[in-house]
Amino acid sequence: MTDLTDKKPVFDKITKDLLAEVAELHQRPTGAYNIRLNGESADRNSTANVQIVSKEDVSGIDVIIAPGTVGESIHIPVVLSESGINEVVYNDFHIGEGADVLIVAGCGIHNGGAADSQHDGMHRFFVGKGARVRYVEKHYGAGDGSGKRLMNPHTVAELAEDSSMEMETVQIRGVDSTIRRTDAVLQAGSTLIVREKIMTHGQQLGETHFNVEMVGDGASCSVSSRSVAQDDSVQVFYSNIVGNAACSGHSECDGIIMDRAKISAIPEIVANHIDASLIHEAAIGKIAGEQILKLQTLGLTEQEAEAQIISGFLK
Amino acid sequence: MLELKDFCFTVEQDGQSKKILQNIDLKIPQGRFVVITGPNGGGKTTLAKSIMGIVQPTGGTIHYRGQDITELGITERAKLGISFAFQQPVRFKGLTVADLISLAAGKKLSTVQVCEYLSEVGLCARDYVDREVDAKLSGGELKRIEIAGILARGTELAIFDEPEAGIDLWSFNNLIEVFDGMRRRTDATIIVISHQERILAIADEIVVISGGQVVQQGPGAEVLPALLHADYKYTVCKGGMRND
Ligand SMILES: Nc1ncnc2c1ncn2[C@@H]1O[C@H](COP(=O)(O)OP(=O)(O)OP(=O)(O)O)[C@@H](O)[C@H]1O
Ligand SMILES: [Mg+2]
Repeated sequence: MTDLTDKKPVFDKITKDLLAEVAELHQRPTGAYNIRLNGESADRNSTANVQIVSKEDVSGIDVIIAPGTVGESIHIPVVLSESGINEVVYNDFHIGEGADVLIVAGCGIHNGGAADSQHDGMHRFFVGKGARVRYVEKHYGAGDGSGKRLMNPHTVAELAEDSSMEMETVQIRGVDSTIRRTDAVLQAGSTLIVREKIMTHGQQLGETHFNVEMVGDGASCSVSSRSVAQDDSVQVFYSNIVGNAACSGHSECDGIIMDRAKISAIPEIVANHIDASLIHEAAIGKIAGEQILKLQTLGLTEQEAEAQIISGFLK
Repeated sequence: MLELKDFCFTVEQDGQSKKILQNIDLKIPQGRFVVITGPNGGGKTTLAKSIMGIVQPTGGTIHYRGQDITELGITERAKLGISFAFQQPVRFKGLTVADLISLAAGKKLSTVQVCEYLSEVGLCARDYVDREVDAKLSGGELKRIEIAGILARGTELAIFDEPEAGIDLWSFNNLIEVFDGMRRRTDATIIVISHQERILAIADEIVVISGGQVVQQGPGAEVLPALLHADYKYTVCKGGMRND
């Protein structure tokens, strides 16, 4: 690996901080990557098994992963460090049969100006037969400008037979408004696991939509959201799981509310097949008083106890 | 070391005041191993929580090492060196066993250090360090992690509320050893709430609480035989376990 500073292009400190925050990138990654900076691809690398090519008609990339590619990781962070950028990006991932890869995406916005900065990302995953993909996505906002930091990620997943996708999505700080949408169609024997962690504060608004349709026997999915809403922020969680075959599905929303914040969970589960088994669980409430008491007996103050409980919950 | 004077706790229920603890006078010298026993609902847990500061008294005072701590909160008492193992340990979504033991120790512990505390309470440590202290742990596992947390704190005063409840036979023997070890530390004062004969048998002193009052108190060697006497009105689980 080479340091981000010793190869062209040179990234400034804000960019490097955001890359570290959203993709845990402190150095140029090994393997395939594409770093998108202020609306343009700033650096890219393809490998023998993973081709990254720009789209012709719209902005975005196609990531083509050869069948049988095992153990490679692909990093595709996006950074907006100038104020007032508004972009829509389309990224498609074609994951070949039997491949087993890790994809790390993520978007960091630093808005130090007055204009709004917005990144809308449309990610489509075509997961081939028997392939496995782990997809990690982190969203983060920083900068003290009055312009808003807006992100609307939309993920579409088409899972072929016996494939699996595990998606971890995290948004901890600084995004003013977000509508997060995940749509998936699962063929026989495929598995989808989605874990979302989200924290909102101030006047932020966060909306999550999960739509999963299981169309083949033996498909299974588990989508869960753990969220903390502080101050005056508002979150809404929609999930819709449809079982059209002998399948099993689980959705879960676990929310902690603080201050004057609000969280709604609006789940829908639809079983269209006698052997579809679907569960939804939701629990929203403030931090349990006894958890704070317990940590106080270990010598933590009330504020320290709250901070530990929240960071553990969102870990 | 610890002294409660005319300690009272009263609650208002359905327009009536209910006395949960009445005029408790209790002195516990440093280095003692004291077992509190007595019937269900007698007020043992309330008394223990009062010492930790979780329950605020409606009357009386409490002194710890010569200092009046009646008005102090939980955190302050914890920092003075008081620990409390809950009768019903609290579960946390997301916090791991290692996190909790580290918080108890007041510093980030290595996996090896966490494992040492877990092994002391008979947990096969490696399987547990990274597990969340949530609903997936069994009651007995949770109790043992709770006790390990108190060991990690290593404070001068430790209160255990029915530590044996839900713990299997093998671990129970282990637990007796743990308490015996703590008892031999002359600077540590241990208060254990228990109904178990084998724990009562290692007590320097036994306190019987019933109806919110101290009804009997004295050296273990004197009080235990009386408790075990067939006519005694408060039951003690004979032998090691409730079911043996
Ligand atoms: N905050 C409260 N409000 C009303 N009643 C209470 C409160 N706290 C305790 N009590 C009552 O006080 C009595 C003593 O409770 P406590 O939990 O201290 O008993 P205990 O001796 O620990 O019992 P056990 O052996 O079952 O654990 C019980 O009748 C309980 O219901
Ligand atoms: Mg009790």
